[in-house]
Amino acid sequence: MTTLSQAHASPTPSSPSPTSVMRVRCCSSAGCLAGGAAELRQGLTAAVARRELQERVAITGVGCLGPCSQGPLLAIDPDGTLFAGVTAADADGLIAALAHRLQAVSAAEWEAPLAWRPAAGEQVDTGRPFFTRQRRVVLENCGLIDPERIEAAIERGAYEQLRHTVTDRTPAEVVDTIRRSGLRGRGGAGYPTGLKWATVAKMPGERKVVVCNADEGDPGAFMDRSVLEGDPHRVLEGMAIAAYAVGADQGFIYIRAEYKLAIVNLRRAIEQARRRHLLGAGLFGSPFGFTVELRVGAGAYVCGEETALIHSIEGQRGTPRPRPPYPAEAGVWGRPTLINNVETLANVVPILREGAGWFAAIGTEGSKGTKVFCLTGKVRRGGLVEVPMGTSLATIVSEMGEGCPDGAGLKAVQTGGPSGGCVPASLLHTSVDYESLQALGTIMGSGGMVVMDHSTDMVAIAAFFMAFCRDESCGKCVPCRAGTVQLHGLLQKHLAGDATAADLAQLEALCPMVAETSLCGLGQSAPKPVLSTLRYFREEYVARLKPGPTAAAAGR
Amino acid sequence: MSVRTLSINGHAVAMATGTTLLAAAREVGVPIPTLCHLEGLSPVAACRLCLVEIEGSGKLQPACLTPVAEGMVVHTDTPRLQDYRRTVIEMLFTEGNHVCAICVANGHCELQDRAVEVGMDHSRLPYRHPDRPVDLSHPLFGLDHNRCILCTRCVRVCDEVEGAHVWDVGWRGEHCRIIAGLNEPWGAVDACTDCGKCVQVCPTGALFDKADTTGEKHADPARLGALVRARARGQQTR
Repeated sequence: MTTLSQAHASPTPSSPSPTSVMRVRCCSSAGCLAGGAAELRQGLTAAVARRELQERVAITGVGCLGPCSQGPLLAIDPDGTLFAGVTAADADGLIAALAHRLQAVSAAEWEAPLAWRPAAGEQVDTGRPFFTRQRRVVLENCGLIDPERIEAAIERGAYEQLRHTVTDRTPAEVVDTIRRSGLRGRGGAGYPTGLKWATVAKMPGERKVVVCNADEGDPGAFMDRSVLEGDPHRVLEGMAIAAYAVGADQGFIYIRAEYKLAIVNLRRAIEQARRRHLLGAGLFGSPFGFTVELRVGAGAYVCGEETALIHSIEGQRGTPRPRPPYPAEAGVWGRPTLINNVETLANVVPILREGAGWFAAIGTEGSKGTKVFCLTGKVRRGGLVEVPMGTSLATIVSEMGEGCPDGAGLKAVQTGGPSGGCVPASLLHTSVDYESLQALGTIMGSGGMVVMDHSTDMVAIAAFFMAFCRDESCGKCVPCRAGTVQLHGLLQKHLAGDATAADLAQLEALCPMVAETSLCGLGQSAPKPVLSTLRYFREEYVARLKPGPTAAAAGR
Repeated sequence: MSVRTLSINGHAVAMATGTTLLAAAREVGVPIPTLCHLEGLSPVAACRLCLVEIEGSGKLQPACLTPVAEGMVVHTDTPRLQDYRRTVIEMLFTEGNHVCAICVANGHCELQDRAVEVGMDHSRLPYRHPDRPVDLSHPLFGLDHNRCILCTRCVRVCDEVEGAHVWDVGWRGEHCRIIAGLNEPWGAVDACTDCGKCVQVCPTGALFDKADTTGEKHADPARLGALVRARARGQQTR
C-alpha cells in the first residue's frame, strides 16, 4: 500500500539516458473534464507531436488525482509533481519544459525541479496533510493507471487475485477471508460483508446473482464514480471473486445514468476483460464462469435501495418492497442475490492479496479498513480522500481539508447525505467509524462529507435535504409520499418566519412518525437531517418562531 | 400442518404456520385497520395502517404480510400506533380532495370508515388542495383522481385476477397517479375488458360506475376473495 505522495513519486532511473521517458498523467475524471481537462490533454498530445517527442513523453489519461476542487490536475513522472489549475494554454510551455529536461546530461540536471508553472494554477505540495494523512487501499491505482487500457491495470496486478482464487482457493476460504477481514458494507449501513457473502453462499438455488450497486445518489458524494472512472477493473475483479465465493454466474452493475464517463469506462473494461477471457465461461481453465452486464438507471435515487434496484434490473417500476424476503433469499428474478456497493467490492482484491489480518489491522475495533470520503463544501482543500477508519473528523476537515476559507469558522460537518446528519464543530474530535457517528445521530453513509461554516443556515440545510427526499420519494407508501411533503412545508414555514411553537411541535412529532412507519430506508431516514439539526442547532429554529398558539393549544 | 402459538394484545392464540398476523388477529376478533390490503390480491404493505409492535423487534411490522412466529408477543393498538394511524389517515385526506358530502362512495367508503375508527374529527395537517383531473372517457366507469389514495388495488386486481393489466402507477412521490395503458384516457385502452373489478375493489369513490350519484356506490371488495377462492378450487365463475 502506498500513501498518495509515495504513489506520485513512482520509481524511475535517477540519472538521464537517451531512452529516459517522462510521463504526464492527466486527470480524466468527470470533475477535471468539466474544468477543461480534455482540451488540456489534446493540447499536450499536439504539443508532443509538434516537437516529435512521442517516444520520450507519454501523455496518459488517469483517474482522480485527489484535490478535485483545484482541477484540472496533472502529475508528471518520474518526479510525481502535481499541478493544479492547468489549462490548455499551458500545454506548450509544459512540453517545452519537459523537452528541456530530456536533454539533461547530468544526474543533477535530471533531478532538478521543473522550472515550469501553469499560468493561472500552481504546483500542489504533496507533502501537505491532504496527501500524507491518506492511506490508499481502494484508490491504490486511481490516478496512476490509464483506465482505458486493461494492460495498465494488469501491470498493477489486476485479475491476479481472481486467477489465484479460482485456481487455488475454495469458495468457503474466500468467504472466510472476507469475514475475518472485518469488512463492512460501504454503501452506508455497514452490514458485515462476510456475513452477507456467507448467507448468499448457503442459500439453495441453481443460479445466483451478484449485483454491484453503483447508483451513488447522495448530494456531494462521488467516491464510487471516481473508483469506476479511475480503476474499473478493480470492481469487475471484486465482483468475479464475490461470484466465485457465493456460487453466482451472473453479475449486474447498476449504475446511474448521470455517470456518463464511468459508464463508458465500465463498458470498455467489461469488453476488454471478456476478450481476454477474464470474464465469461470457464475462467482460468476451471468450470467457474461469470458474466457482467451493465444496467443504467433512469434517474431515481430510490433505486439505490436494494429491493427497488432489483425491480429496476428486472425492468419493473423502481419501488422498494418490504423485506423479508431479503435479496440474499429472493433477489433478481427470485434468485439468491448478493448486492454490494462499489467501494465494498473494490476492497476485495487488496484483502485477498494482503490477507484478512492485514486489513483488520487498519481501522478501529468495529470498523476495519479505510474509507473514501468526498470532502466538499466550505473547505479550502476539497476532493477525494481515503483515510483509515477511526481518523477523527477534525483530522479530515481541519488538517487535511485545511479548514474553512475566508476565515469564517467551521460550524458543522454533514455526513451521510439525506439519510445522515450534522456533526457540530464541538464534536469534531469524533472518530470516523460506524458506531461513533451513529451515536451522534448521523451515519457514515456512502462517504459524502459536506463542510459548513458559520454563514450556513441549518434550517435551510434541513429544508434542502427534505426537498430532496420529497422529490425522490417513489410514492408507494403513505408516510414517505405525503409525510415528506408535510415536513418540507413545515420547514419552509420556519424559513419564512411564519412558524409558531405549535408548528415546531408538529415538526418534532411528525419526524419519528415518518421514520418509524415508512416502508424503506428513504422514508425511514428522511427526517434525520431535521432531527440532527434540531438536536444541535435547535436555537436556529426557535429564533425564527413568531408568537402564536402553543403546542398544547394546537392539539398535538 | 404445524401450529405456532403467540400472544396478540395479551390473548394467547394458536395459528397455522404461514398465517399472517392480520389474519390471526382478525380470527380472534382483534381489529387491525387496513386500506391497501385485500384478500385475493398480493400484499404490498403500502398504506402502513396495519403496522404493529412486536416485542424484541426494533421496527414496526406490517401485519398484512408478517407471518406468525412461535412465542411472538404482538401489540396492535398501543397509543403510539393509534397516533400513527390517525396521522396516516390525515395524510391521505390532506394529499387528495376528499369531499364526502358529494362523493359517490359516501357512507360506503373505506377511507371514511377508517377515519371514523381512528377518531379523526379534523386534520392536524394542512390540506394541500391539489389540482387533479377526472377521467370520464370510459363508457361505463369513471376515475376521479381527487379521491384516489394510491392503494393500487385496481392495479393489482387488473393484473393478477383479470389478467388485463390496464392500470399502473405513473410518476413518483407526490406526483404519483394511477394511469390507464400508457397514460392514455381509460376509454382508449383496448386491453380493458369492462369487467369492473377495479371499481368493485376501489376502497373510495375514485373508481365508480357512471350510473351512480352521491352516496350510491356500494362496492363489494370482499367478493374478490370469494372469486379467488372459487378459482383456486376450480369452481369456475363468470
